[in-house]
Amino acid sequence: MTITHDTVDVLIIGAGASGAVMAWSLADTRMRILCLEQGDWMKPTDYPANGRDWEARRMTDWEIHPSRRARETDYPVNDDNSVMKVANFCGVGGGTVFWTAHFPRLHPSDFRVKSLDGVAEDWPISYWDLAPWFEQNDRFFGVAGLPGDPGVPDRNPPMPPVPLGRTGAAYARAMNRLGWHWWPSDIAIATEEYEGRAKCINLGHCTPGCAQGAKSGADITYWPAAIRAGVELRTRCRVREITTNDQGMASGVIYYDFEGNEHFQPAEVVILACNGVGTPRILLNSTSGRFPNGLANSSGLVGRNLMLHPWPQVRGYVEEEMDADRGPMTSIWSKQFYETDPSRGFLRGYTLQFARGTGPVTEAVQGAAAGAIPWGPGHHAAFRRHFAHRLVVGIACDDLPEEHNRVTLDPVLTDSHGIPAPKIDYTLSANTAAMMEHGIARATEILEATGATGITTSRTLLNSPGHLLGTCRMGTDPERSVVNPWGRSHDVKNLFIVDGSIWVTGGGVNPTSTIQALALYIADQMKQRLATLFD
Amino acid sequence: MHPDDTGLTATEARDLRRLAGFMIPADPAFGVPGADDPAIIQDVIATLRRDTADVKLALAALAELAGGSFADLDDAAAEAVAMRLLAENAKPVLVLGRVVLSAYYRDDRVVRSLGREPGAPFPRGHVMPPTDWSLLDPVKTREPFWRKA
Ligand SMILES: Cc1cc2nc3c(=O)[nH]c(=O)nc-3n(C[C@H](O)[C@H](O)[C@H](O)COP(=O)(O)OP(=O)(O)OC[C@H]3O[C@@H](n4cnc5c(N)ncnc54)[C@H](O)[C@@H]3O)c2cc1C
Repeated sequence: MTITHDTVDVLIIGAGASGAVMAWSLADTRMRILCLEQGDWMKPTDYPANGRDWEARRMTDWEIHPSRRARETDYPVNDDNSVMKVANFCGVGGGTVFWTAHFPRLHPSDFRVKSLDGVAEDWPISYWDLAPWFEQNDRFFGVAGLPGDPGVPDRNPPMPPVPLGRTGAAYARAMNRLGWHWWPSDIAIATEEYEGRAKCINLGHCTPGCAQGAKSGADITYWPAAIRAGVELRTRCRVREITTNDQGMASGVIYYDFEGNEHFQPAEVVILACNGVGTPRILLNSTSGRFPNGLANSSGLVGRNLMLHPWPQVRGYVEEEMDADRGPMTSIWSKQFYETDPSRGFLRGYTLQFARGTGPVTEAVQGAAAGAIPWGPGHHAAFRRHFAHRLVVGIACDDLPEEHNRVTLDPVLTDSHGIPAPKIDYTLSANTAAMMEHGIARATEILEATGATGITTSRTLLNSPGHLLGTCRMGTDPERSVVNPWGRSHDVKNLFIVDGSIWVTGGGVNPTSTIQALALYIADQMKQRLATLFD
Repeated sequence: MHPDDTGLTATEARDLRRLAGFMIPADPAFGVPGADDPAIIQDVIATLRRDTADVKLALAALAELAGGSFADLDDAAAEAVAMRLLAENAKPVLVLGRVVLSAYYRDDRVVRSLGREPGAPFPRGHVMPPTDWSLLDPVKTREPFWRKA
């Protein structure tokens, strides 16, 4: 039996980075807003940093891969046919619970790749359309950084940057020696008390939840404010499909609660915020006589153009002691190779992201797996040469859209409710491969300039940054895009998409700052058009 | 806790302990116990949980290489068999390595030998050295170089 609820004005699916922003921003319309989220509220007391097994949990119930983490609230993903793996988190706050909080923005050039470099497509909006929303989001979310970076447009982070530490200073000296740009990263971590949030105490190990509450997340910023403003958030509700009426408009969703009961939730407006994998999955599962290939899919582009940000890492070891697991994981970025220079043999570019080290368990596990830390009598000496001596430079490569990189429905795999799971097909283009090799060579030069030895490279497989983008891209042409320039589906006029799936190109940065600015922009566009929203 | 309660048989638990001693031997020079130390091996076994199946597979491979009970081999034979198993890059062996290392490197004695205080990161946290922001001076002299668009 299906349980049917009263109609809401706005139904948001997914309580992650973008869903939270929408809920908060639309709350001032006084509409009845409901969000359905398949995961739970997280408790800071449950985060790994509270226990002695903090590192081991990163490899079990805090695994970044949903199939290996396999919580009741996760859905499996088949990425066997992809050179990169998926990473995500399902819960209130979504990926901003389990993330590193590095908070760069896309560059102005990222929105104009066709005009500037003749590749992919231009976005239908510009950096400057988002500029006020970037600023608002930085203030609300709480971002630490330093103004004046010559590598990016001006911005005004409200808190001072995270400390360089020994590791950051070693990178900085090397970059100065090479004459290359670096700057303290924008990071969504409270470096001083901020809007009721405690200041960072350098626990390290920030990614799987911050026990101190200093790392920002949608669960501790936008959600409390949205709920105070009257938004309802129902957890452990997994949406199976979006339903449509005779006019081809979205009529609501069918979802399962935690006991497996089926519900129908009618809605006037449906907003998808389930990320670049979860959103196309729901649309492809929402088939009907009128929409046999899935909802909002007349272009055939739902699920296509998946971008995952290839992220090689180059690692080395120095003589002097470094920060290891102390302090926020990243401290500086470099934009030296971000903008296109065709003489490099590829178009577009990358951010270099400089990481601290790891705790002892992680160093030992990775070192043993790589054969750098042997078993037997030589173990202890080798471990001590590695632990707290590690430097790692990540190369955040621009990812351009290719239609064959895509999310489809797996014919066999399902989640615990029997809903078909996503399947990922993804390969690297020749341009990306050339960009990666260029970045690896530069990162190697940087590590050599620090005096590091034992330099090794990990190319793609293990370095899944959890950036899930592009699978319902925005545009003006309904044949070449899924949503219009303000997030409304071309096909279904009361259906909106606001997460990373609407990105047109990937850029060479972590995406969440831009995802949230874009969601704020779309919410504002919707509010300005309330009387004509479905025209 | 009885080993059987964790999913390992008594034989498997015995083999695991002997193997752990070869993986990470005690070393007085560093003041550290081996991974076959009773407290460490108890921690390994008590926290196997979702890794139990892989660890059992790895131990089955170990018994096969040993041609019977690994724990009963003499030292030289046991060491040779242990090193043959550990040289394999099969997933169960990597999982076994991970669970042993996870317990070993959170043991108080081992953590202290690294000059660190044992325990959870929260709420203690860490103090970072002060930042010398003059390192940024050369970068500050650069003109903006992001592409206007
Ligand atoms: C380990 C890791 C580290 C990261 N580090 C960074 C970083 O340093 N900087 C950065 O910018 N980004 C980082 N990211 C990426 C960041 O988390 C994402 O960019 C961001 O969270 C995406 O926002 P979103 O709104 O698109 O989706 P998400 O935040 O992923 O939210 C989607 C939500 O939808 C819910 N959902 C999905 N399907 C359904 C369904 N059928 N029914 C109900 N609910 C559903 C999910 O449970 C989830 O909570 C990281 C990600 C990971 C996994």
